[in-house]
Amino acid sequence: MNAQELLRLADDELILGWRNSEWTGIAPFLEEDVAFSSIAQTEIGHARAWYELAAEELGTDADALALDRDPAEYESAPLVELRLVPDWARTIARHWLYETADAVRIEALKGSDDADVASLAEKIDREETYHRMHAQMWADRLRDEPRFEDAVDELWPYAAAMLPPTQRSTLADRVGKEVPSNKVLLSHERGQSGDGLRVLWEEMTMVRRSVPGAKW
Amino acid sequence: MVTTERIWASLAAIPDPEIPAVSLVDLGVVRDVQVTDRSVRVTFAPTFLGCPATEVMQREIAERIRELGAEPEIEIAVEGWSSDWITEEGRRKLEESGFAPPSGSGPTTLLQIQSGVHRCPYCGSDDTKLENLFGPTPCRSIRYCNACRQPFEQFKTL
Repeated sequence: MNAQELLRLADDELILGWRNSEWTGIAPFLEEDVAFSSIAQTEIGHARAWYELAAEELGTDADALALDRDPAEYESAPLVELRLVPDWARTIARHWLYETADAVRIEALKGSDDADVASLAEKIDREETYHRMHAQMWADRLRDEPRFEDAVDELWPYAAAMLPPTQRSTLADRVGKEVPSNKVLLSHERGQSGDGLRVLWEEMTMVRRSVPGAKW
Repeated sequence: MVTTERIWASLAAIPDPEIPAVSLVDLGVVRDVQVTDRSVRVTFAPTFLGCPATEVMQREIAERIRELGAEPEIEIAVEGWSSDWITEEGRRKLEESGFAPPSGSGPTTLLQIQSGVHRCPYCGSDDTKLENLFGPTPCRSIRYCNACRQPFEQFKTL
């Protein structure tokens, strides 16, 4: 698998992990504070594992890929870059759409010809089971709430555009939506990082930039 | 030259950094030990990918091997760690220190977790309920015992 594809997976998980961690301390109740913090931790762990594979191909290391690139070089999907605190309905809509989309992607990766990719996907898939259960539980709970429905409608084109074109119809079936038009998809695809990612990046890389080469 | 048995015994004395009641061997993260002329090669399976303790574990393994006068080589196992690999001894030690050991083997569903039989490690009652799928570390969920009114940590099935 080429490095760019690995970086897409890694960047999605890193940035989403970061966004999820923004709920630490301010989630609507304590259980969700713990849940979002724990999910953030595992997503960032998955990011690191994908970065390590990409780093082997690129002759660098995982930290350099995660923290030393310019924001414009990140391959993350706009879906994960959106800053959604303090909006719980949109947070859950993204969580559910992302986990559902990620499951489609991971299933395909488990069948990869690249043995390292297939075995990592298998391991990540088992851990993600808990994220999916959590996302589904919340989606079921909020299903008829107009704010949640509006949030799913708003974020659906982002979720569809996050996946490669061949996987979009599978995702559409699972979330009960139609694949958006090409015009809509184009405006939600990767490579259109806005100021949101730059602000996140400034904070995420602050320590690393402040003491270059520090060992922990 | 150091023997394989000696290495296993030494690794069995390393406590888990987060749950010191169990050792790395109890936890099933040490998959294989090979002693060669030049080094001791340990195949290691990290638990959850986001678990910061796995780095500490690898460092500890390397240190113990150096203490025995050999050169450590740590290789990451191809197959991902499963909670099924926790030994019987490990499960017993977990329960004694207030952690319910993982139940069954995956794939797990929410329904199983909510309704399945999960024994309270404090009073032994099966009348327990899921409080939170997530806990203080990636490997734990939180349950509550209706019988003795004690919240407890449940090791996740992975």
